Amino acid sequence: MNAKRVDKIATAVIYLLVGIVILILVALLGFILITGLPHVTWSFLTSPASAFNAGGGIGDQLFNSFYLLFLTLLISFPISLGAGIYLAEYAKKNRVTEAIRITIEVLSSLPSVVVGLFGFLLFVVQFKLGFSIISGAIALTFFNLPLLTRNIENSLNGVSNLQREAGLSLGLSRWKTVTKVVVPAALPGIITGIILSAGRVFGEAAALIFTAGQSAPVLNYANWNPFSGDSPLNIFRPAETLAVHIWKINTEGIMPDASQVSAGASAVLIIAVLVFNLGARWAGNYVYRRITASK
Amino acid sequence: MAKDIITAENVHLYYGQKEALHGISLGFPEKEITALIGPSGSGKSTFIRTLNRMSDLNPEVTVTGAIRLDGEDIYSPKTDTVELRKRVGMVFQQPNPFPFSVYDNVTYGLRLSGIKDKALLDQRVEESLKQAAVWDETKDHLKENALSFSGGQQQRICIARVLAVQPEIILLDEPTSALDPVSSAKVEDSLLAIKDQFTIAVVTHNMQQASRISDQTAFFLDGNLVEFSKTVDMFTHPEKQETSDYLNGKFG
Repeated sequence: MNAKRVDKIATAVIYLLVGIVILILVALLGFILITGLPHVTWSFLTSPASAFNAGGGIGDQLFNSFYLLFLTLLISFPISLGAGIYLAEYAKKNRVTEAIRITIEVLSSLPSVVVGLFGFLLFVVQFKLGFSIISGAIALTFFNLPLLTRNIENSLNGVSNLQREAGLSLGLSRWKTVTKVVVPAALPGIITGIILSAGRVFGEAAALIFTAGQSAPVLNYANWNPFSGDSPLNIFRPAETLAVHIWKINTEGIMPDASQVSAGASAVLIIAVLVFNLGARWAGNYVYRRITASK
Repeated sequence: MAKDIITAENVHLYYGQKEALHGISLGFPEKEITALIGPSGSGKSTFIRTLNRMSDLNPEVTVTGAIRLDGEDIYSPKTDTVELRKRVGMVFQQPNPFPFSVYDNVTYGLRLSGIKDKALLDQRVEESLKQAAVWDETKDHLKENALSFSGGQQQRICIARVLAVQPEIILLDEPTSALDPVSSAKVEDSLLAIKDQFTIAVVTHNMQQASRISDQTAFFLDGNLVEFSKTVDMFTHPEKQETSDYLNGKFG
């Protein structure tokens, strides 16, 4: 066989493989959206779930998902920013640093159900936080930290050393060089990473079943007192998220329209994750344009 | 010859165990341009990076001997490298503007050292860009990303960025080796234009450049300072055989 022919065959095989991947993806997304979207109405998105009767919505679950995501990022972003800056800018190349990196790798490959059970034993039971948003947010922080830390470290490492030299040679301290030169230059990558991790957190179910719980108490959206039991802002109330809701309906849902609710909720979940992914790209580019002042 | 503002005394530098500079003693006269020439690996870039302690960034590097700036040894433990680098600025081989606007690039050092007065910043931007001979090309594009300019313009923006913090000494590490001849000539012009206000040390591979712009030339070879004299003298009748060979292109 001559080289040209081999080349053609190889190209064809590669196209075929890519085609398979795309086909699976499109089929999956298409199925979820086509079966789910017809059930997604404004009242579906805003009304509370119903345990026994048809016509329940996902309003509380949707709110819980976003609220939990917000709290998770609020806890995990500062920690991983600090850890990422340490690893990228300050850590010496020695065994301690290597050990930290390996720990992070291990943490990032922990199955989320293990993180959930750990969170259950430690926060829910030991610290007596109960099934609550705060337990869930901390468990998700554990789940999110390694990935976000790695992302921030990689984004910072992607900034050329010439930039660090430029900062230092201008008489900036190391800290100012990091915070005012390197971090801003890495910001687009960091923001993209945060939003992508938001997508993962948003779709996470296993870690939350045992921590944030599977019940959605009735919420009064007019009650803004975060210490009151029916306030949506209360972080000590149990909170079933969208992903957990889908899992629950499919395992023990007894409402007559269970499959429709499940399909609709799945479609909403998928759309939210898609929006996060597309948003990540857009936000990264937007921030990059803003700070670099390029058109 | 003017008095020396910064002087190296018997400077040895080691990368781990390997000695890269074998005792360099050299003084830089105030408000003149000193060129450091020599083949690749001769230690000229390594040496210039000891003058503002950028060599500290490599943890394997150790420096012995003394480098005195106005009589104070910059390697003494009480030296604040942040203050030192404000007095001894540096321009690198690759233009390395921050990925921000031209205006932000030039004002960055000033703003981070606490200057907020808009009028003063505006004035320093114009002054510095003019000194670096890049004002005409940038004055209508101050809000544009510095990276959208050509390599030569970027390098002159980097020079302006250093000038804005008003150092006493400016070190340039092969500032034109990544630029085309036209851009190089412009950078040279800007160096000549500022030499009455700053002491300049420039590492260069380009011997014509050294002869065009410098007052003194130091010739480095294998980590030694072989010869140091007025540029005119060195290029017309070098004292050492090695210098003569290098200048005539017999090696390097």
